[in-house]
Amino acid sequence: MNEFAKELKAENADWVSEVKEALGETTITVPREAIVEVCASLKTNHGFDMLADLCGADRGPEEDPRFEVNYHLFSTKHHSRLRLKVILSEDDPHVNTVSGVWKTANWHERETYDLVGVIFDNHPDLRRILLPSDFDGHALRKDYPLRGYEPYSLT
Amino acid sequence: MGLENNIWESLPDVITVKLDAVINWARKSSIWPATFGLACCAIEMMNSVSARNDLSRFGAETFRASPRQADVMIVSGRVSRKMAPVLRRIYDQMPEPKWVISMGACATSGGVFDNYAIVQGVDKIVPVDIYIPGCPPRPEMLVHAITMLQEKIMSESVKDRKDTFEEESRHSVVPGTLPVTEGTALEREIEEEVAQNKAPRPYTVPSKHERRRSS
Repeated sequence: MNEFAKELKAENADWVSEVKEALGETTITVPREAIVEVCASLKTNHGFDMLADLCGADRGPEEDPRFEVNYHLFSTKHHSRLRLKVILSEDDPHVNTVSGVWKTANWHERETYDLVGVIFDNHPDLRRILLPSDFDGHALRKDYPLRGYEPYSLT
Repeated sequence: MGLENNIWESLPDVITVKLDAVINWARKSSIWPATFGLACCAIEMMNSVSARNDLSRFGAETFRASPRQADVMIVSGRVSRKMAPVLRRIYDQMPEPKWVISMGACATSGGVFDNYAIVQGVDKIVPVDIYIPGCPPRPEMLVHAITMLQEKIMSESVKDRKDTFEEESRHSVVPGTLPVTEGTALEREIEEEVAQNKAPRPYTVPSKHERRRSS
């Protein structure tokens, strides 16, 4: 098992619900209540000082749980990468923001909210970032119609 | 000593022409486009002013960085829904007389981008004078469009182009409104189906809001 996954598990067994290693990459599934603590611990104690990417994914409307949020961490100190995953149900797509840990998460979380519709609790400024502010729906959801819902209006 | 002296001597002191002819001749000889590139068509637009194609032969080589100094807007590429209000604003900032060239398949009809993000034809936002097909059109086609626009300008009348928004002024549109037509038979059919909840509303059909403001 990946050393960081082991250390994390030793630190608090509740933080790690699943560890998957494939193609030389490690993915740790984290319960959504613990994501901020896990990220803070990985940043301060394990040297993951950079959030390389934060993105949402829609597994499809027929799946349950439907959404996932992926955190790609990178350490500039020991040049290793780690992926965290939070799985969310369609009825309750809420997860706490990690923008307090890494500042860059602010816009990444806005993008995820904009396109997938995951709501980040305690986010300082959660509004659309790519789509027009009057846009209806979340464009990267699998059940979003290709041509959109409403005629374009200039207002 | 040159040719111009001979012409000068052979011309009468006073000539009478139609005012339209003189003004249109002046207008068409220096159509300054706005510097406004949107996508890959903009690369061809830049090439059309380069040495090989030399758009300056037709007086349209001076791309102005300010819409206040521009006469023609070349919509070169796909217009995203988020860009649409920006494009309209640039159009509104251009002084009359002004013209619009829709360059390429994307600006004309959305092209291959038939999705929620792209406006399906820039004529939903601004009135278009010349459409150029192609993906992207060659610079020669843009040069041809400019010459076609010159022909169109020569056929216009000064009375048509006013800064007032009178009904009889052919091309003028109140700022902030869309040039919406009565609609095609297919559009009316779709509208009826939408009204009866038989089909989802495609956003290519102008909404009631747009229709009301343009009438």
